[in-house]
Amino acid sequence: MMNFIRGLFPEWAVEWPKNLNLPLNKWTNDFVEWLVTEYGVIFETASDAILVVLVGMERFLRDLPWVVVFLGVGALTFFSSGRKWGLTALVAACMFFIGLTDPRLWDLSMMTLSVMLVSTLICIGVGVPVGIAISRNDRMRDMVLPALDLMQTMPSFVYLIPAIMLFGLGAVPAVFATVIYAIPPVIRLTDLGIRLVDEDIVEASDAMGASKRQKLIRVQIPMALPNIMQGVNQTTMMALAMVVIASMIGTRGLGTEVLIGLQQLNVGRALEAGVAIVLLAIVMDRVTQAYGGRFIRMDGRG
Amino acid sequence: MALIEVRNVYKIFGTGRALDTALDMAQTGAEKNDVLVETGCTLGLKDVSLSVERGEIFVVMGLSGSGKSTLIRHINRLIDPTTGQILVDGRDVLEFSTEELLAFRRGAVSMVFQRFALFPHLTVIENVGYGLEVQGVEPAERRRRAMRWIEDVGLIGYENAYPAQLSGGMQQRVGLSRALCTDPEILLMDEPFSALDPLIRKQMQEHLIALQRDLKKTIVFITHDLDEALKLGDDVAILKDGVIDQIGGPEEILLNPATEYVREFVRDVKRGRVVTAASIMTPPKGDANGPTVSYDTVLQDMLPKCIDSDAPLRVVDEAGAVVGAVSRRTLLRGLADHGVKK
Ligand SMILES: Nc1ncnc2c1ncn2[C@@H]1O[C@H](COP(=O)(O)OP(=O)(O)O)[C@@H](O)[C@H]1O
Ligand SMILES: [Mg+2]
Repeated sequence: MMNFIRGLFPEWAVEWPKNLNLPLNKWTNDFVEWLVTEYGVIFETASDAILVVLVGMERFLRDLPWVVVFLGVGALTFFSSGRKWGLTALVAACMFFIGLTDPRLWDLSMMTLSVMLVSTLICIGVGVPVGIAISRNDRMRDMVLPALDLMQTMPSFVYLIPAIMLFGLGAVPAVFATVIYAIPPVIRLTDLGIRLVDEDIVEASDAMGASKRQKLIRVQIPMALPNIMQGVNQTTMMALAMVVIASMIGTRGLGTEVLIGLQQLNVGRALEAGVAIVLLAIVMDRVTQAYGGRFIRMDGRG
Repeated sequence: MALIEVRNVYKIFGTGRALDTALDMAQTGAEKNDVLVETGCTLGLKDVSLSVERGEIFVVMGLSGSGKSTLIRHINRLIDPTTGQILVDGRDVLEFSTEELLAFRRGAVSMVFQRFALFPHLTVIENVGYGLEVQGVEPAERRRRAMRWIEDVGLIGYENAYPAQLSGGMQQRVGLSRALCTDPEILLMDEPFSALDPLIRKQMQEHLIALQRDLKKTIVFITHDLDEALKLGDDVAILKDGVIDQIGGPEEILLNPATEYVREFVRDVKRGRVVTAASIMTPPKGDANGPTVSYDTVLQDMLPKCIDSDAPLRVVDEAGAVVGAVSRRTLLRGLADHGVKK
């Protein structure tokens, strides 16, 4: 039966022709190679800069007595949430349990946290301006949004390979891959937040003779902040997920523990690290949300 | 020359070829609905011309969708006309460069909005001082000048509150002080009191009248409420589907409606508050000896005297000379919109 059907067609219509092959694979490789040879200097400079910040952050967090970090995070939560005791207790408990699970995990958490913080800061530094730009320009928006869709749907592993090729192994390519993977929410929600600012209010600012810049800084960004913070929250969550995955290319941190656990079939070790990751995620989520909630309350709408 | 001159302004919301077609249609007399059906463009304003004198309250009255907001936004160029001219103090607003336009909005003109449009993330005093902040005025000076206006509208004690913590009436008083704080010559008010409860609205109207007595600003005031228009306006323009049906003083509008539409509108107005003795009086009778009233007394205020006196009231001018007479019957006719001739 099948042979009969196959017999009805010429050979090229039966099996996919070998030479009908879009060499996307080769192109990409060539492109990355070309980038590295032509612009290697730029990548090295960027890499060095990121590394300096990263190492500084990591050393700082690891050298600080754990009690100080613990109390600092607690205080940050307490004040940015508008003095909510319950939330602060939850966050503090999570922090405490990270160390309690296994003392080694505290240091590893600080490493993961520093990669994540640096990535998130870069995401904000790049994402907010891009979001502002596309909120003002529909054509740019039509170009950027599909790119963001692509970045988010692509399996996150895919970013690791060009990251390695551009930056080698270690923490810097991890930051690079994390930024690409985690930046879309900040851009999207900045754009959305600015577009959602009440037209009347923008008009009021215009009517007073505010320049574009004054309007942006004094009205649009502050009013978009709850949304922007929502984006930052999502970005931190995605960054955390990516940092864990990025341990495959040599970032040290909680992800490494999971990886080692898997390789040694040491389920307990992997689980402990997994628990620490979850706890860290809860902490980051609550802290950024509490911080975002501030802006909603401030104008009395929350 | 009038302070604000709007000349033959057409505004069509649309783009491309449809816009050109729509403009052609409008210029050859087509109406809003025809333009919309034919081209898909909304005819916002059609051949609107008006002039606002220095120091007057010029009211634009019309139903929702008639183009009032569109019209008032042409004066500070929040909207650009499709064709036409807008002159403020002799200068063509449409010729302004970006900097000139910003300077114009910072200094000469401010705006009050129907839904207040306060900045929700700024306190009352920051809201009021926003115009000065935009101008680059120092914070201390800003606070000082903002406080003066907060005091003026009776919001002392609320300067550090956020808008959401205030009632509607209070919010609009913030909106008013924000507009006044830059000491503009022109105040654009787009249905400023429409969102307020009737009692508060009345208070705000009184407040505006009192304010205007001191400040002598030039005010363009939008409303959909004819009573409000007649109460506040030195001149009133009636807008319908983007076309001005009539411009005139309140009494003129009431007594001589130019179109069927305006007539329909003024039917339910409380005439006693607007129409004056001068409009209804009959020629003076030599032997009359009734009480005297000034020629600009509104009918409502003549009622008590008329009830008490069997003889017709004598109408006098500023010099005290008798210029006419009003009998009970004349007064009733005037109140009833019956046989009144200008
Ligand atoms: N930006 C716009 N785009 C398209 N149509 C508009 C726009 N602004 C106003 N219009 C239309 O113009 C007409 C007049 O609107 P508007 O000036 O807001 O009326 P009013 O203030 O008297 O209620 C309405 O039909 C409205 O739908
Ligand atoms: Mg309106």
